[in-house]
Amino acid sequence: MHDILIEEGVLAKNDGIAGENREMLRGRGIYSINMVSSPGSGKTSIIEKTAGLLDGLLRLAVIEGDIETDLDAERIRRHGVPAKQITTGRACHLDAHHVHHALPWLFEQDGIRLLIIENVGNMVCPAEYDLGEEMKVAVMSVAEGDDKPLKYPALFSASQALIINKTDLLPYTDFNMHRARENALRINPELKVFETSCTKGTGLQEWCGFLLSSAGAAAKAPVK
Amino acid sequence: MSMMEIVKEQMIKHGVKDLKRLKVRVGELTAVEPEALQFCFEVYVKGTPMEGAALEIEEAPLMGRCVDCDEEFRMEYFLQACPRCEGGAVTKTTGHELDIVSMEAE
Repeated sequence: MHDILIEEGVLAKNDGIAGENREMLRGRGIYSINMVSSPGSGKTSIIEKTAGLLDGLLRLAVIEGDIETDLDAERIRRHGVPAKQITTGRACHLDAHHVHHALPWLFEQDGIRLLIIENVGNMVCPAEYDLGEEMKVAVMSVAEGDDKPLKYPALFSASQALIINKTDLLPYTDFNMHRARENALRINPELKVFETSCTKGTGLQEWCGFLLSSAGAAAKAPVK
Repeated sequence: MSMMEIVKEQMIKHGVKDLKRLKVRVGELTAVEPEALQFCFEVYVKGTPMEGAALEIEEAPLMGRCVDCDEEFRMEYFLQACPRCEGGAVTKTTGHELDIVSMEAE
């Protein structure tokens, strides 16, 4: 009988590839974010609005993760933004390997400074997988309820920013914005919180300003 | 699946064929439900040379250490506030593990 000590992280392989992705992106001066939310919170709409506001300021590309179809990538391309769809089949999340395979495509695009990865709509597993991004962004919508951060703490704990979307629905729900912010900040006091409505166009300038300064700050940091 | 790939690699590396016991550590802040993991493990090993192996799951609670007063405490409901000084600056010490600890095999 052998007692074999292993002490290895189950996600060690994923994390190793994520580290490679990060180095490759940094090496080309590309800032990257990973957007995570439940299905239907408005991630794609936020990216479309972001593309419009950043037009002429920062060239971006998008990697879209979905179980099926390339509908989301098509939506993004209509804004003149290069987009690559990854269909995961049955997997409920993107992993670092998926993104690794999309990087050669990304590096063929001209002058990209920002990569937005839109994860598969799911608040559980994507919180666990590092893709090589600089920042994880959680998105929740008013229709989902203000207790969301307490129900899915791992995602809110792993994110650096939170977008609360669909604020135009506030008059029609019992969603309490103060409570939502309080719940999110109890889980993670460092979270930067943005309130947006893609239909009314509110809050998106603040979000894009933050994104620009994050990407700018990262670009000025010495490349390792 | 990644977990069993690591186990298989380790078995080949150590020249063992019969897995008796596998010990893993699962943190409270991971997306892994111990009961579901136990179930999947049993399904996975069924009909393979690993059938009959026991899976031992050690659960790692979410613990935090206060940056201000150094108190270590259990983070109930994932809340980030020190029970002693009420400081909000907390470093998570355990709870994010998803590790294969060890195995017994021959």
